[in-house]
Amino acid sequence: MADRRHRIVLGIGNLDRGDDAAGPAVARLLRGALPRDVEVAEHGGEAAALLGRLDGVAEAYLVDACVSGAPAGTVQRFDAASTPLPQGLFGLSTHAFGLAEAVELGRALGQLPPRCIVYAIEAGAFEVGEALSPGVEAAVSDVARRIHDELAREGHREEKSRA
Amino acid sequence: MARKVIKVDYLARVEGEGGLKVVVRDGKVQSAELSIFEPPRFFEAFLRGRAFTEASDITARICGICPVAYQMSAVHAIEDAIGVTVGGQLRELRRLLYCGEWIESHTLHVYMLHAPDFLGYAGAVDMARDHGDAVKRGLELKKIGNEIVTTLGGREIHPINVRVGGFYRAPRRREFEALAERLKWARDAALETVRWAATFDFPDCERDYTFVSLRHPREYPFNEGHIVSSRGLDIPVSKYDEHFEESHVERSNALHSRFRSGGAYLVGPIARYSLNFDRLSPIAQQAAKEAGLGPTCNNPYRSVVVRAVEVLYAVDEALRIIEHYREPEHSSEPIAARAGVGYAATEAPRGMLYHRYRLNPDGTIADARIIPPTSQNQASIEEDLATFVGGFLDLPDDDLRHRCEQTVRNYDPCISCATHFLRLEVDRG
Repeated sequence: MADRRHRIVLGIGNLDRGDDAAGPAVARLLRGALPRDVEVAEHGGEAAALLGRLDGVAEAYLVDACVSGAPAGTVQRFDAASTPLPQGLFGLSTHAFGLAEAVELGRALGQLPPRCIVYAIEAGAFEVGEALSPGVEAAVSDVARRIHDELAREGHREEKSRA
Repeated sequence: MARKVIKVDYLARVEGEGGLKVVVRDGKVQSAELSIFEPPRFFEAFLRGRAFTEASDITARICGICPVAYQMSAVHAIEDAIGVTVGGQLRELRRLLYCGEWIESHTLHVYMLHAPDFLGYAGAVDMARDHGDAVKRGLELKKIGNEIVTTLGGREIHPINVRVGGFYRAPRRREFEALAERLKWARDAALETVRWAATFDFPDCERDYTFVSLRHPREYPFNEGHIVSSRGLDIPVSKYDEHFEESHVERSNALHSRFRSGGAYLVGPIARYSLNFDRLSPIAQQAAKEAGLGPTCNNPYRSVVVRAVEVLYAVDEALRIIEHYREPEHSSEPIAARAGVGYAATEAPRGMLYHRYRLNPDGTIADARIIPPTSQNQASIEEDLATFVGGFLDLPDDDLRHRCEQTVRNYDPCISCATHFLRLEVDRG
């Protein structure tokens, strides 16, 4: 059984598909920069496996590329534990069965972490083998910083409540 | 003139794009077209000039759901070209890896992509609200498939442990101990899956398909066997190109496969099952019978039950392999580059996957040919739509569109398994 206070950051996407690498890029920036109890991982985004990673987790931060029509690099933050994710935003995973489905499936099954934050980074291009576009690269740093701060705040809050 | 067009325009995906158009005139299906784009053609060009040792890792990238199938077809074809045979425990480990992929892929399709069609939900999320226990069982079962691939392949997706000649590292016996316990649970869960799928309502639709799959003297086929058909074809894999051909169809960027002698054929679970029922393990045969399946299955909507039977077989086979596993002395056979042509077909979850490689004397790949199961099934999918949709025309538009999508989903095609996401238009003309 996973530790019920387990905290996790998952960067979702495909490193070889241009801006789809935004999620894994955030995970790479945060690796080694967070408290040791926070697990940082990259994930391909397949819903069933993704949901498995959330099992027993208390606090999850999920980062994925999205397509909403906004300028590339636009960052959206969702409190997924309290509000359903907008449909059709994350349609890029294998078999179109990805992050949004994992989160909603988790909600339907009562398995969603009590705190579940989703950062969506607007992608510009998904060309095979291309690097992140400049706007997305800046957004990656921004999201990494925000998750770092959120984790620090939440950790502090928990310590106070236990004191 | 009463004209109805059921149309699916476009689906943008990593694996490819798919669309669907059925034209009905005066109560009869006039045409049924599936148009798809698949990336594998690209890969054949990527492979040229690469070392023969790289083919399995490059082709694994063609699909995130069935990378093992690409790896297996690649290594077997290359081994055929360089004259190496992998036997004993290494061969068993390859079967085990394939079991993991079948469990993962089929379970995902049965529970998340196909079951909602039969139970009347827009998708797995809606279904999970009412059928939570079933969905949890499906997720856990799928996870065990992932665990096999991770244990043996080094990671869940695009495993990295497969090589020409065997594996980079053979697992220790103790690494399988926890997995064996999990697989015992999985066998019960898989049996329950067969029983569950058997309760669905199936349209009464059958066709006289020409089934094509591998057939092996003793085993339910994964990696090895002759190519056989339900019309008496029985050829070694090296004769594939003599009997099958691909042709370009304007509406589709994926080539259509047919017999050179003419006619569509079908690969995948119901073909494999119908040609190899006698090779299933006793528990899988028994479960199939109890689920109302005969030794052959010509109703494509019942493919969901056949997939469940194949999951049960894969779990049972995985347990057998693990129980008898002895650590091999070497993790791979010695290999050396040489010029040659090699052929292999293996059974991907969606059907037979054919690879052919021609190697230069230094072991670089001169050319490669890859024929994925979804290409082979395109003609059958279109014929299913043309044949069956006529019987559903009294359905309201939404239900009719849904039935068309379901008909495509029977194949679990790699283009768009989640046609739940397809944008559909009904034009009543």
